[in-house]
Amino acid sequence: MSHYEAPIREPLIIGHKTYHDITEDIARPIEERAGKLWWISLYVALALFIYGFGCIAYTIGTGIGAWGLNRTINWGWDITNFVWWVGIGHAGTLISAVLLLFRQRWRMSVNRSAEAMTIFAVVQAAIFPVIHMGRVWVGYWVFPLPNQFGSLWTNFNSPLLWDVFAISTYFSVSTVFWFMGLIPDFAMIRDRAKTPWTRKIYTFLAFGWGGKAKHWQRFEELSLVLAGLATPLVFSVHTTVSFDFATSVIKGWHSTIYPPYFVAGAIFSGFAMVQTLLLVARKVCDLEDYITMYHIEIMNIVIVVTGGMVTVAYACEYFIAWYSGSRFEDFAYLTHGAATGPYWWAFYALIFCNLVFPALFWFKKIRTNIIATFILALIINIGMWFERFDIIVINLSRDYLPGSWTMFKPTIIDVGVYLGTIGFFSVLFLLYARTFPVIAQAELKSILKISGETYKAKEGDEHH
Amino acid sequence: MSTTKTIYGIYADDDDLMSGVKLLMDKGININEVYTPFPVHGLDKALKLRKTRISDAAFIYAVYGVTIGALTTWYMMNHDWPQNIGGKPAFQWGHNMPAFVVPMFELMVFCAAHMMSLTFLIRNKMYPGAPAQNPDPRTTDDKFMMEFKPSNDEEINQIKQILIDTGVEEITIKDA
Repeated sequence: MSHYEAPIREPLIIGHKTYHDITEDIARPIEERAGKLWWISLYVALALFIYGFGCIAYTIGTGIGAWGLNRTINWGWDITNFVWWVGIGHAGTLISAVLLLFRQRWRMSVNRSAEAMTIFAVVQAAIFPVIHMGRVWVGYWVFPLPNQFGSLWTNFNSPLLWDVFAISTYFSVSTVFWFMGLIPDFAMIRDRAKTPWTRKIYTFLAFGWGGKAKHWQRFEELSLVLAGLATPLVFSVHTTVSFDFATSVIKGWHSTIYPPYFVAGAIFSGFAMVQTLLLVARKVCDLEDYITMYHIEIMNIVIVVTGGMVTVAYACEYFIAWYSGSRFEDFAYLTHGAATGPYWWAFYALIFCNLVFPALFWFKKIRTNIIATFILALIINIGMWFERFDIIVINLSRDYLPGSWTMFKPTIIDVGVYLGTIGFFSVLFLLYARTFPVIAQAELKSILKISGETYKAKEGDEHH
Repeated sequence: MSTTKTIYGIYADDDDLMSGVKLLMDKGININEVYTPFPVHGLDKALKLRKTRISDAAFIYAVYGVTIGALTTWYMMNHDWPQNIGGKPAFQWGHNMPAFVVPMFELMVFCAAHMMSLTFLIRNKMYPGAPAQNPDPRTTDDKFMMEFKPSNDEEINQIKQILIDTGVEEITIKDA
């Protein structure tokens, strides 16, 4: 009975696959030559990457005056992009860790790529605070290291330092979690390698894995405990990012709702990015039998739920602005509110992209439509960027002194750095899609007899 | 007659492998190793493998991480260079501790995750570039393999018979 799952549940692997078919399907994108589309995408991504890093070099050479920041708005696109990328980086570990603890088998087809996305997104996120420091060569000062000031330590009371700990731990633990899961799959590629170089590279990466019973026992325990550790980590990271704002005394930021609101928003945007990438990857890598309509629909349901949480958080902010009677809250949300001020367009971009359009996923027809899912996922990505822009720029633009009120105009360098990170992210993801097993095939094989179409059909017949 | 031979039995199906393992264990035959392409549910119990203590080790690493976090924050913030930062209590660790929860938690997770993964690699004798530990490359694809080190020819015949009865696909005998 270990291979039993209610026949009413939809199969997670369609097409009548065998274990060997799974090996072939997952190894194919690595072993075959890349198509034209992949090369075109890589060149476009590389062009953006090079342009963006040129802009970063210019910023480091001339100082952050190259950006559109001013004395009133001292956090602009940089921190907007930082929070946006960190948020995107939330879905991967959520899928692999939280859903592992809840024994959600559908995660097995998507966790590998979602984790890759997490790691690549956190790399992009880390770029922004580092270059925002201006003098990047003293960036190591953020760590509590003995120094020439005999030793003047970092301030552990500061949420900015908590953020250093949270982001760096999240990055390294996610990478370890991802790599440990990859080892048996690298071994599979190693054992069927045809050229000496491929064999050498995957032998290096597979660490000698042989699939011994004791090793699998330890592997499963390791995965479970890492998932247990990564789960509170996922929630702690964006909570800590929200503390950067919530523990400050800036109107509109000083808000106790921020931690849960940021976490929900992060998962919302992370899943939207997973959809954007996987809808393309499943087509290009020919993985429609593994990333099925059921996977797409269930991720859209997660988007609706987390989008709903974000909607409630927005409503709470407005309610509390009125109910608290605080002049600052009233100023930030009501009388001079985001909706009626000069940034009304950014506010409505947020409302439409994050609340109105994603609500279309309540309709089964829409959440099971690939084109609609792709478009809505892109819209959510844009909406979540505007959310961070609105929080940062709108609140800062209306300072405590009306004489300091101003607007933020991004320079070409601001735009370039942002596009550069999108390019860098895409380069990493495209290279990953050609060199790494994009689906956790060993795990997937373990559910073939539970959730594979052939076995489902058999069980269905037996039970009728 | 004693022997130094190694028997490899290759199965094409995990259910057949499991019935083979159960039967062999019931007959008291020692299975030297089992190689599978994925974690086969219940195999560790059927082989009577001891429960792994890797999670106990992770707990110790987590305690180590929290302790490092507590000592670091105490030393840097309250002992070596105490400062009055925004009027927050900075002269006693106990008063200041709520502000240190995040770094202490992160250090706990950091130490537990990394040191546990290292323990996993060391215990499995795995390192970058290590030679493959599976004797047959098909065991990372779709085959399941049992390995035996029988002590005499009589045992070889007994193992072969059980393997055949439980649907083995291929039997190889090698001189060690």
